[in-house]
Amino acid sequence: MIYRETGVHHTTYRTDMALFRVPLARWSVAGLLVVAVVIPFFATDYWFSAILIPFLTFTIATLGLNLMTGYAGQVSLGHAAFIAVGGYTATILLIYDIPFLAAVVLGGLMAALVGLVFGIPSARIKGLYLAMATLAAQFVLPWAISRVVPLVVPTGLAVAGGDTVYPPRPNLFGLEIDSLFERYFVSLAILVVMTVFAMNLVRTRVGRAWVAIRDHDVAAKILGVNITHYKLLAFAIGSFYAGVSGALMVFFYYGVAHVGEFNLDLSLKLLGAIIIGGLGSIIGSFFGTAFIILLPIFLNISLTFLGNAAGFQVSSGIIAGIENIVFGALVVVLLIVEPLGLAKFWQNVKDYFRLWPFSY
Amino acid sequence: MDFFLELFVNGLLTGVLYALIALGLVLIYKASSVLNLAVGEMALLASFVVALAANFGAPSWLAILAGVVVMVAFGYFVERLAFRPLIGQPVISLIMATVGIALFLRGIYFILSNKWPVYLVDLGLPVDSLNLGPVSLLSSSVVGGLVALLLFGLVGYIYARTRTGLALRAVSDNQTVALSLGISIDHLWAVVWIGAGLVALVSGIVWGQRIGVQFGIAILGLKGLPVVFLGGLDSMVGALLAGIFIGVAENVVAGYLDPLIGGGTKEFLPFFIMLIALWVRPYGFFGREIIERV
Repeated sequence: MIYRETGVHHTTYRTDMALFRVPLARWSVAGLLVVAVVIPFFATDYWFSAILIPFLTFTIATLGLNLMTGYAGQVSLGHAAFIAVGGYTATILLIYDIPFLAAVVLGGLMAALVGLVFGIPSARIKGLYLAMATLAAQFVLPWAISRVVPLVVPTGLAVAGGDTVYPPRPNLFGLEIDSLFERYFVSLAILVVMTVFAMNLVRTRVGRAWVAIRDHDVAAKILGVNITHYKLLAFAIGSFYAGVSGALMVFFYYGVAHVGEFNLDLSLKLLGAIIIGGLGSIIGSFFGTAFIILLPIFLNISLTFLGNAAGFQVSSGIIAGIENIVFGALVVVLLIVEPLGLAKFWQNVKDYFRLWPFSY
Repeated sequence: MDFFLELFVNGLLTGVLYALIALGLVLIYKASSVLNLAVGEMALLASFVVALAANFGAPSWLAILAGVVVMVAFGYFVERLAFRPLIGQPVISLIMATVGIALFLRGIYFILSNKWPVYLVDLGLPVDSLNLGPVSLLSSSVVGGLVALLLFGLVGYIYARTRTGLALRAVSDNQTVALSLGISIDHLWAVVWIGAGLVALVSGIVWGQRIGVQFGIAILGLKGLPVVFLGGLDSMVGALLAGIFIGVAENVVAGYLDPLIGGGTKEFLPFFIMLIALWVRPYGFFGREIIERV
C-alpha cells in the first residue's frame, strides 16, 4: 500500500522485524482483508464461480511457483502436474473419510514428495535442462495418474475411464462446505495462511539462500550455501503449494478431479502469470493470477460488445484466438519493457508517492 | 518378427521427422542459446499457410513459395522485435518469450482456421502405400523422410563449408570473441531464425501430409524436446540419431505395450527417456558440457 516511513521509529527488535513495519501498512492490509470479507455479501453466483474462487485457488498455485521460480530460480514447466497430484490425492483421501483439512494438507505433502523426486536432477543440472526435467513431469505424471487412480478409487466413483473422480462433499469440523459462500471463505482462510507463510519464508535464512542461488548458484555455493538442500526445498515447498491449491481447485472450483484440466497449457499459463505479475514478488503472484483470470472475461465481454455494436456475431473460437494473441504478445512485451512485471509498476507508483510532493 | 520389423521401419520414418523438428531447435540454440518452444506452432503456421494457398487454387510451387515468404518474414520479425531487445536476459525470460510467441501463433491459427478451415496439404504427392516385403509404408512418409535427410545434409553443408556457417560456428563457440572479431550477431540471429522458419516450413508440410493440418502439429513440436536433450542441444548429428532412436523406441514399445496397459505410451515415453537422459547424462550424447566459473 501507499505509505511513508516518516516519523516511524523502531525502538525494539520486535517492531523492527515485524512483517509490516509502518502502521499505515498494517491498516491498509487490514482494510484489504475487510474488503475480502465484505465482497462475498455483494457477489453474484457468477462472480463467485468465475472470478473469486478461481482467483483464491489459483493464487496459491502461483505463490508456490513464484517461490520456486521467482525466488529460488528453479524454472518449472510442470506445475500443473503437481497441482494434479495434490488434487487427486486429496480427493481420494476424502473418499476414504479423511477429514477435509487433513486431506488438503496430505494432498500438498504428496505433491511435495513428487515434486522432490522431479527436483532431484536439480543437483546436477539447472536452467534450461531443469526446465525440461519438469516438463517431463508434465507428461509422465498425468499418464501415471490415469493409470494409478482407477486402482485406488472404489469402483463406481470414478467415471470416464477412471481418471475422472468426483470428490464427496468436504466438511469442516462437522460443517458441510457446500455453498459458494462457504467455499469462498474456506479458500480465503487457507490463502491467507499460505500467503503469510510465504511472506515470512522469503525473509528468513531459507529465502535469502534461495535468492543467492537464483542470482548465482556457483557463487552461493562458494559462500557456503548448501545449494542441493535449498534447491530441493524449493521444489518441495513450491509443489506443496501446488498440491494444496490442487485440492482446493478440485473441491471448490472444478468440483471434479479430471486430469485433462491440469495440462501443459495450465503450467504455461501459471508461468506466464508470475512473469506478468512479477518474478520474485509475493504481491506479483496476486497481480498475475488476477490478470490471467480477468483477461479472458474482459476480452469476452468487450469483444462481444464491440461485435454487437458493429452488427455481427463474434464466435467463441475467435475470442479464444484473440485471448491467446493478447496473452502471448503481452508476455513478450512485458519481458522486454519490464522484466519484473506488474509488481514493479506498483512499486514505482509507491516509490513516487513515498516522497510526493517532493522529488527526493 | 514381421510385426517388429513393421514397427521398426515406421518408427524409423517417424524418427527422421522428429529429427527434422529437432533440427529447427538446434539451429536456434547453437547461435543464440535460446530454446525455441514455439517450434511446433511455427510448423503449424507454415503448414496452414501452404494448405490455405493450395486450397485457394494456387499450384504447388506457388503454395510453397507463399509458405517461404511467410516464414522468412516471421523469422525476421521475431528476431527483430522480440529477441534482439532481450539480449542478456536470463534463460527463463528467453524461454517464456518463445512461449509467448507460441501462444501468439496459436491465437492466429485459431482465428484463421475458424475463417478458412483447411485440413490437408495437397501438393500432389503420391499417397498410395509401398509394399517392401513384409513391411508396408505410406509413400508420402518415405518422401517426407528423404526430404528430411536432404535438409539435414543441406544445413550440415552450410555449417561446414560456407562463410555464414563459419560465422555460426564461431558464435556458438564463444559469442563475445566472435563479436570482437567483427561478426555481426544481429545479422546471424536473423539468419538462424529465418533458417528455423524454413525448417519449420518443411516439417510443417511433411507432417501436414502425414497427420493433416490440425492443432496436433503444434503438440508435435514438444516431441522435438526429448530429441534435442537426448542428442545434445547443440549437435545436429545428435538430433538426427536421437530423433531416430526416439521414433523407433516409442513405436516399438507402444506396439507391444499399448495393448497391455491401454494406450498413451507414445505420449509419455519420449519424455520418460528424456528424464532418464537428464539424470544420467545431462548434456546428451553429443552435447558440449558447460563448465562454469564465478
